[in-house]
Amino acid sequence: MTHIGQPLPRAATARLVAGRGSYLDDVSARGEVHAAFLRSPYPHAGFRITGTEAARALPGVVAVLTEADLAAVCQPWQTKTGSAPGMVSPPQRALAKDEACYQGEPIAMVLALSRAVAEDAAELVEVEWQELPAITNLAAALEADAPPAHQGLTSNLAWSTELKGGDIEAAFAAAALVVEDRLTFTRSTGVTLEPRGVLAQYNPASQALEVRISHQMPHQLQRHLADLLGVPLGRVRVICPDVGGGFGLKMHVYPDEIATCAAARLLGRPVRFVADRAEALLSDIHAREHIVEARMAVDAEGRILGFDVQDVQGLGAYSIFPRSSTTEGVSALRSLGAPYRFSAYRGRLRSVLQNKVPTGQYRSVGHPVGIAVAERLVDLAAAARGEDPLEFRRRNLVAQAEMPWVNPLGARMAELSHQQCLAKLEALLDLPTLRTEIAAMRAAGRCIGLGFASIVEFTATGPEGYGRAGVLVAAVDTVVLSLEPSGEVTARASISEIGQGTTQGLAQVVSDALGVAPDQVLMGSGDTATTPHGGGAWASRGAAIGGEAAWGAGRKLRAEVLAAAAALLQCAPETLDVRDGRITDASGPRMTLAELAETVTFRGYELPAGVQPQLTVAHHYRREQDTALTTNGFQASLVEIDAETGIITPLRHWAVGDCGRLLNPLLVEGQVRGGVVQGIGEALFEACRYDETGQFLSGTLADYLLPMAGEMPDITVAHVETPYSGSVLGAKGAGEAGTAGAPAAILNAVNDALAPHGASVSELPVTPGVVLRALGRLA
Amino acid sequence: MKPARFDYARPATLAEALALLAQPDAAVLAGGQSLMPMMNLRVARPALLVDINRLPLGEITLAGGTLRIGALARHAEVLASPLVALAAPLLPQALAQVAHAAIRNRGTLGGSLSLADPAAELPACMLALDATLVVASAARGERRIPAGAFFLGLYSTALASDELLLAAELPAAAPGWRFAFLEVARRHGDFAMAGVALALGPNAARLALCGVEAGQRRQPAAEAALAAGDPAAAIAALASTDAMDSPELSAAHRRHLAQVLLRRALAHLEAADAAA
Repeated sequence: MTHIGQPLPRAATARLVAGRGSYLDDVSARGEVHAAFLRSPYPHAGFRITGTEAARALPGVVAVLTEADLAAVCQPWQTKTGSAPGMVSPPQRALAKDEACYQGEPIAMVLALSRAVAEDAAELVEVEWQELPAITNLAAALEADAPPAHQGLTSNLAWSTELKGGDIEAAFAAAALVVEDRLTFTRSTGVTLEPRGVLAQYNPASQALEVRISHQMPHQLQRHLADLLGVPLGRVRVICPDVGGGFGLKMHVYPDEIATCAAARLLGRPVRFVADRAEALLSDIHAREHIVEARMAVDAEGRILGFDVQDVQGLGAYSIFPRSSTTEGVSALRSLGAPYRFSAYRGRLRSVLQNKVPTGQYRSVGHPVGIAVAERLVDLAAAARGEDPLEFRRRNLVAQAEMPWVNPLGARMAELSHQQCLAKLEALLDLPTLRTEIAAMRAAGRCIGLGFASIVEFTATGPEGYGRAGVLVAAVDTVVLSLEPSGEVTARASISEIGQGTTQGLAQVVSDALGVAPDQVLMGSGDTATTPHGGGAWASRGAAIGGEAAWGAGRKLRAEVLAAAAALLQCAPETLDVRDGRITDASGPRMTLAELAETVTFRGYELPAGVQPQLTVAHHYRREQDTALTTNGFQASLVEIDAETGIITPLRHWAVGDCGRLLNPLLVEGQVRGGVVQGIGEALFEACRYDETGQFLSGTLADYLLPMAGEMPDITVAHVETPYSGSVLGAKGAGEAGTAGAPAAILNAVNDALAPHGASVSELPVTPGVVLRALGRLA
Repeated sequence: MKPARFDYARPATLAEALALLAQPDAAVLAGGQSLMPMMNLRVARPALLVDINRLPLGEITLAGGTLRIGALARHAEVLASPLVALAAPLLPQALAQVAHAAIRNRGTLGGSLSLADPAAELPACMLALDATLVVASAARGERRIPAGAFFLGLYSTALASDELLLAAELPAAAPGWRFAFLEVARRHGDFAMAGVALALGPNAARLALCGVEAGQRRQPAAEAALAAGDPAAAIAALASTDAMDSPELSAAHRRHLAQVLLRRALAHLEAADAAA
């Protein structure tokens, strides 16, 4: 019985749905104090803290700390990456010093016996503010007279780059058709069900820091805490308990979290900080603020010749540490047009500082932007040629025979299944029938649109991604397995579980590699004291990288088990197998794993001389080729627009994806559906808005609109499996594909609906106002 | 998001409650669906919270042609009440669009009317149903305020700081009157971008909007046009509403939606008539 590929429910489900999970705020420490932060109410201001006595005097207050206090134990940090040489991003501190550069930047912290008292006291901290000119508007930030986002900067341009390949001038000169558009992407953010939170304890006697935190990558944070707080790495323990969603926003270094750890070090007593929802929306990373001007050249036969793209990307006040916010812009340019064959590309990126909270890596980093731009251009080209948008795509998709295909940006596409995915999508949609239905609905006066998106996603980044850039992000992962005397297998993985279910997939891999039932594999992760250094959860890497480590460890343990059993049974290991927890030979079961483990553990004298079974094994996995694993897929969206109110209702959504070998289709489908919903949110609802003075307007969930179940369509998910040939299991990344393509599919569906009205939109989210203005019903 | 310090009292009688409300900076806690978030955001900072949930103010009765809904009646109770469905069929239409089940289970009629959020559905319904609001204070006893004189503007009502809203009294729907409530919201249960509450009678109409003007009121010009049988003029009259202007929702946008909704409400009633 193989368990890889089976739709097994995850082992953690019963515990989590019964409310028996252990999230950050479910655990308290004896003597803990609660932190509240005084945050800048201004997008840009100089400040001087003139009095903390009143705050300190409030009963229940333990300490009021400012930058000067934390400077004794905490270094500033500055984002530098070889991926963005010359980038300007000023040093950042746990608490700001003299100048606040975004609304919500923490400038002081209060520690008190309750969060309520800490908030009371934070109001009593006396501050002299000197408001400074703020720049928040992305389009205006590069103008010559724009105020600098930080005092002393001469320009808000943090970094610019050009990605190019082929002869772009020749491509456009030869074009029979050039389509172009300017697309605006409004900032959004990944809203996790569990907000960020940290409980830090410092033991002065052992000089050890223990940090429980809702985070995606315990080892990355361990390293930064060690560096910033000057504690030897081995004495920093980072524990990520159950994590209620990450989406990328829990992989960065946040000032308030570092301040909490620094305060624990200063005070020698546990400090807790849990962001409330208003704080989360204000201080979590935002993402995807872009203005993209793009042109596509097409020849007379409808073949794409090249793309010419200019992307202006908002970074906020800092390029996020340690990975750099510029990654999103580069990823947007790289994913643009990636499914297609073309010979020339020029992409210019300008990454811009603003007086807003930093942007950072959020689920499917950059892909939703690049894909939306390319798919919009593709639809424009198909319309200009008067042909079906799928026919235009079909002609231009890289064929299997052409792969591996290295496009003009140097991106390598291998083992992609565009044609099979498209065929599967067409079958799922039952296109002829659907087209007839749409025509009938339109004839009845309804405003209906069908939109498509073709997707290539770069997943499961290998060592070259950050390693060459000099950023300390692990792409190597490890699984440690121990055969317990009961015959159960404990597994410890450097891959993190953040709610996506990866550990269930890994348990199924171990199960098959060793020959035990999946429920006999007890997965552990998220603790630097019990798991080896590794990458955690990012870039949809759990199955592709963690899966290989789990497989390798399982096979090693199996070999040890067989060798020990062979010694006891006096036969050759090759004659034995492990099946469902039993060691078998041709005659049938000979002993159980429990019997073997008991013998080795408690009656070792029964083993022949020289036999030293290793019932704990570790396997590291380092991918040696392919900087990223490309995945592909198609999405389609059917929407209805109320042309009088501008309200858009998604009616149906389809997602066909190829993420290589499916370890567990239930997990993949959950990820795809959730990702599609997040993409629909980005396309229709979610927006971080600022007024003209730079004040943040989306600070509650009444203002920041999340997609809710009632508004979501049925989402049909289907798979094509093209295993990655470079690994044993062949899994690639699956967790972000839904988010990558949904905004593009929705945008194209909306434009398909608006086309008969002579209208179009080029702005996300497509709000009712955007629709009504496009239709000329509003000025 | 913790509230500033406040005192808390849970009176057992109306007299006790009114005495407490005479204290400075007292606020009434009913369902808490608006007040508690506002306190947690420290937008509201009452010194004293008077929890009225023990008072017998939730009754719904129909007698002598008057529907009386106690201020503590939960939205869910009003929505499910057969008396309300009979005497004020506009209310269930509106309440089905008020927030979500969990909020309707706690939120109260009195709380919504006392807050007077410009986007709230129930003030518009009270106006369109010609309700009378019964209020009381320790100092001045009980008084009755017509809905038209109760809602004064943005989060502003005729309730004095020491007064408590006890009930809404509505004339039971008269024969020949028809009712429609329609709104547009980004997501189901969100505050309305715009909404219309319409009561259409023989040669008479009452019309109020939510989410459009800062203060909810009847729309006399549109009502007169409707009474005169000129729906086009009524719709046109809404073009001159004093609509709120905000970055995501301009005044013109709100007026546009009000006009669309009134036209749809009229069409909806016409279709219902045709079906009947």
